[in-house]
Amino acid sequence: MHKQKGMTIIAICVFLFLFLPLCLIVVTSFGTAAAIQFPIKGFTLDWYAKALQSETFMSSFKLSLIIGGLATLLALLIGVPAAYALARYSVKGKNLIKSFFLSPTVIPGIVVGYSLFQFIVIQLGLPVFQGLLMGHFLISLPYIIRVVGSSMEQMDYSIEEVAWTLGCTRLRAFIQIVLPNVSSGIFAAFMLAFVNSFNNVPVSMFLSGPGVTMLPTSLLSYMEYNYDPTVSAISVLLMLLTIALMFLIEKTLGLASIA
Amino acid sequence: MNKNVPYFIVAPGIILLLFFLMLPLINSIWPTLFAGQAVMFGNYLDFFKDSYNLSIFWRTIRISGIVTLITILLGIPTAYFIAGVNKKWRGILMALTLFPLLTNSVIRSFAWINILGKSGVVNTLLIKLGIIHQPLNLLYTEFAIIVGSVYLFLPTMIMTLVGVMETIEGETLEAAETLGASPFSAFCKIVLPLSVPGTIVGSILVFTGTLTAYTTPQLLGGNQKMMMSTFLYQKATTLGDWNSASVLAFIMIVVTLIVMKLLNSIAKRVDRRELNRA
Repeated sequence: MHKQKGMTIIAICVFLFLFLPLCLIVVTSFGTAAAIQFPIKGFTLDWYAKALQSETFMSSFKLSLIIGGLATLLALLIGVPAAYALARYSVKGKNLIKSFFLSPTVIPGIVVGYSLFQFIVIQLGLPVFQGLLMGHFLISLPYIIRVVGSSMEQMDYSIEEVAWTLGCTRLRAFIQIVLPNVSSGIFAAFMLAFVNSFNNVPVSMFLSGPGVTMLPTSLLSYMEYNYDPTVSAISVLLMLLTIALMFLIEKTLGLASIA
Repeated sequence: MNKNVPYFIVAPGIILLLFFLMLPLINSIWPTLFAGQAVMFGNYLDFFKDSYNLSIFWRTIRISGIVTLITILLGIPTAYFIAGVNKKWRGILMALTLFPLLTNSVIRSFAWINILGKSGVVNTLLIKLGIIHQPLNLLYTEFAIIVGSVYLFLPTMIMTLVGVMETIEGETLEAAETLGASPFSAFCKIVLPLSVPGTIVGSILVFTGTLTAYTTPQLLGGNQKMMMSTFLYQKATTLGDWNSASVLAFIMIVVTLIVMKLLNSIAKRVDRRELNRA
């Protein structure tokens, strides 16, 4: 394709715009001053130690992993069979059902969190944990339906029919024939859903209580009163996790599968 | 196999969505339609009569529009550039675009506090250069929210556009240039029209994303420059005004749906025009 100077310059500026602010966080995380400053004076790893020793951050990190993992597993359990049924059989109102499964993406996250808080915590009197789990299930489900759905639609079902004719039960054929064939779609969907649950802020804003706070929410409340490099250090650690995750996906599926 | 089996398989998902999405929404919003008012939607008329509420409503729409426009203007050249480099570089650039998308929005907004804050990079630099003596108030302004939101959603726009640009065949462009078109006019007359549908899809994502984002307006706009999502949070928690919060919730849903419908119908019209021409 044809290169044009103007476009190239804009593209380079865009990538600088995207990465310089993140580089700034990395640099400030090593500063010795009690408040964030740039350029930094001195060099220390104390903020990393402080971040990793913080009870609040570590427990909210664990909660984010647990909620993200459980919610995505639940979404897989519900979503994978549903995606199969919608792709494989003629279901009346198929498009309507599919758009209903994708409907959580249309509702603003803050509204989802707010209404869940009102309903589950205030009216049903259930613990915040359940509300968080269901909220994050709602975040995950559309990714499962969309990504697994498209692999289910591309699958060649004649091999499943062969298994049936050879006397395999429907359930066994689904588990032993269909699932292995869409496994890369399931893995990609899991990754996408998990990352989006882990990073989500608005759904969790209302759903937090004593000892039950997700990592982004506890970062936000810490930043309300503090402006020190602890946040920079945590940001760098999370970015390292993201890089590790991207490497994992690139090595297994190729990044194009989740883009 | 029993004809009803597929319905049994999709049923658990439908039940969970009804119980944990629809029911809570109705539970929150239903009372606002009738309660405490002589006329239906009275709560909504009251909301739009208040000039402070209106200013937040229009700020939200305005910022979302500006952010969408900027991401289009920056996204098209960048996506065109990415689609044009060789395969290896394209992979690298796509990974670089994906990375911010997978990074928490709290981190990405925090970056801009470091840049725009009172003791941030911009103010430090300007003071050192002697251009200003007092730090500028860059944070907690509409400008800060716009920069932060562009930063948040530009990768989304680029990703969407690269997908479209890749389908435009290089031969078409070569043909145009062989026939005497300059690279720039080939870009304007071939690439731009063909990327309209992708731009619309990207615009839906960016506009509704900015409209409903919470982190960025919270961190970069604060209480001074509230948007609908931060306003909703403040109404519900600090002020305990559940009625107003629910009114805001419904307005946000309706605006999101209207924007999606509107842009989708434009996309459909564009598609039909392309078909007629072919």
